[in-house]
Amino acid sequence: MKALVAVKRVVDYNVKVRAKTDGTDVDLNNVKMAINPFCEIAVEEAVRLKEAGTVAEIVAVSVGESSCQEQIRTALALGADRGIHVEVEGRPEPLSIAKLLKAVIAQESPDLVILGKQSIDGDNNQTGQMLGALTGMGQGTFASEIKVTDGAVEVVREVDGGLQTVSISLPAIVTTDLRLNEPRYASLPNIMKAKKKPLETLTPEQLSVSVQPHVTQIGVSPPPERAAGIKVENVSQLVDKLKNEAKVI
Amino acid sequence: MKTLVIAEHDNTTLKVATLNAVAAATAIGGDIDILVAGAQCGPAAEAAAKVPGVAKVICADHAVYEHQLAENIGLLVAEVGADYDNVLAASTANGKNFMPRVAALLDVAQISDILSVESADTFKRPIYAGNVIATVQSSDPKKVITVRTTAFDAAPAEGGSATIEACTAVHDAGVSKFLREEVAKSDRPELTSASVIISGGRGMQNGDNFSLLEGIADKLNAAIGASRAAVDAGFVPNDYQVGQTGKIVAPDLYVAVGISGAIQHLAGMKDSKVIVAINKDEDAPIFQVADYGLVADLFEALPELEAAL
Ligand SMILES: Cc1cc2nc3c(=O)[nH]c(=O)nc-3n(C[C@H](O)[C@H](O)[C@H](O)COP(=O)(O)OP(=O)(O)OC[C@H]3O[C@@H](n4cnc5c(N)ncnc54)[C@H](O)[C@@H]3O)c2cc1C
Repeated sequence: MKALVAVKRVVDYNVKVRAKTDGTDVDLNNVKMAINPFCEIAVEEAVRLKEAGTVAEIVAVSVGESSCQEQIRTALALGADRGIHVEVEGRPEPLSIAKLLKAVIAQESPDLVILGKQSIDGDNNQTGQMLGALTGMGQGTFASEIKVTDGAVEVVREVDGGLQTVSISLPAIVTTDLRLNEPRYASLPNIMKAKKKPLETLTPEQLSVSVQPHVTQIGVSPPPERAAGIKVENVSQLVDKLKNEAKVI
Repeated sequence: MKTLVIAEHDNTTLKVATLNAVAAATAIGGDIDILVAGAQCGPAAEAAAKVPGVAKVICADHAVYEHQLAENIGLLVAEVGADYDNVLAASTANGKNFMPRVAALLDVAQISDILSVESADTFKRPIYAGNVIATVQSSDPKKVITVRTTAFDAAPAEGGSATIEACTAVHDAGVSKFLREEVAKSDRPELTSASVIISGGRGMQNGDNFSLLEGIADKLNAAIGASRAAVDAGFVPNDYQVGQTGKIVAPDLYVAVGISGAIQHLAGMKDSKVIVAINKDEDAPIFQVADYGLVADLFEALPELEAAL
């Protein structure tokens, strides 16, 4: 069985991103970049399936500028077998990414496609579901556990009320939630080996996909500031403030 | 202009999230219809018909929609939504699951988690864990939008009398099956609609200690939430998680106990009206957003707080 994992290059999750003061865009100068944490979980899950003998080959795909090859190499160091970079300038929208992934899937015919549920930059939570609709595949989103059975994948999903388990026929799409696994660290020898693994580059033209934007970002601003609070001395002062000042209890 | 709002419901009742989405639809303007898709969902459709300002409720009542499988609901909503200028749903786990499929089927972008309507094609939405608010303009002929429920006060639930129309379209994609559900039953208010929330973090040390929060929650009629660390450690179930990648809440009062205040946690609660933090580390970042901070050991402070209420 073949698994395809999608990985995205994003700002490291520890960075507090700010709007530029002129309000034109976010300030990403000299900011540390990394693989999106949910994509890392996706790679880890594929690697575990390979270790368990369920998956034979893992292909890691990233859509973005040439710098995202770094994140493909991270995926390769974690255990993916080969990489595909679809080179797109700027910030392609989830719909464009889904169309590009669909075209890659048409070439690769994976049985399982694993993506992160959201990327922590745009916070869109769209690509996996869009890919599902475009390919006609079923989806197990927000997965906290997956089990490949005969011709299907059973996915335990994190939903608002608790957990829901669905069975999706293969080929299927899974999007990862935080509890699916805890990704490993890439070892130095594996990082070295990853440099020699094959990485193919494709363009939207080669895949016959238009990446025309549908949405324009016309400005950014910081969120409303909270007024500075106070420290209370003890519980009785806290209760007094909540009752008589804030009037919320 | 016509907007279709997809109802969030459990077949018998309409969830408040639907009313938040109706409020966003009202801000866009024009006619509003509601689609209720489910199985034996007549009572939910009747509830939807009472929402003031709604012209028509479309009720798609069939077994294939019983568990809101995204593949089936996506096809249905794309078909019904084809006649509308806007398709809106609340940004719940369910809305997030099927709406992008709708957008892709209609070949338009989805605008996720809108915070405000600036005009018919321009919206504000949070990016980077809410550290930046983007103003985005759609050039699509049709807008597919999910609504951040905390950003729109719920529309009234009663007073309207919309007509209910049956929709007989049956979409069964045949690629997914519902197997089971583990839904915790609780007498407490729902996390996303509670007016008071008390949340515990890693500082709670274990699941049993959450009983220290329960006594207080009982007295305040509060919901109980948690940080990711508390969920990951197995103290409480996943549906307690508040944050960038969990639930977004904005109650009148949010009490964070033993929570450090990571960016991802703040993203889910910093729009609360009043924030209280109880933490033994006076430098914990949570104090930067707290209206009232108490530097204390939670194991002493919580019993005192319960007694004082
Ligand atoms: C992709 C991604 C998504 C994430 N999404 C979320 C999310 O949605 N929600 C979320 O919450 N996190 C999320 N996180 C995790 C986040 O980064 C933090 O790791 C997490 O919020 C920390 O939880 P915590 O505050 O409970 O634990 P810690 O950071 O360990 O803080 C524990 C706090 O308890 C205090 N404490 C300990 N003992 C006591 C005591 N006896 N009395 C009083 N105080 C005490 C300590 O001083 C400390 O401040 C995400 C992370 C990533 C990478």
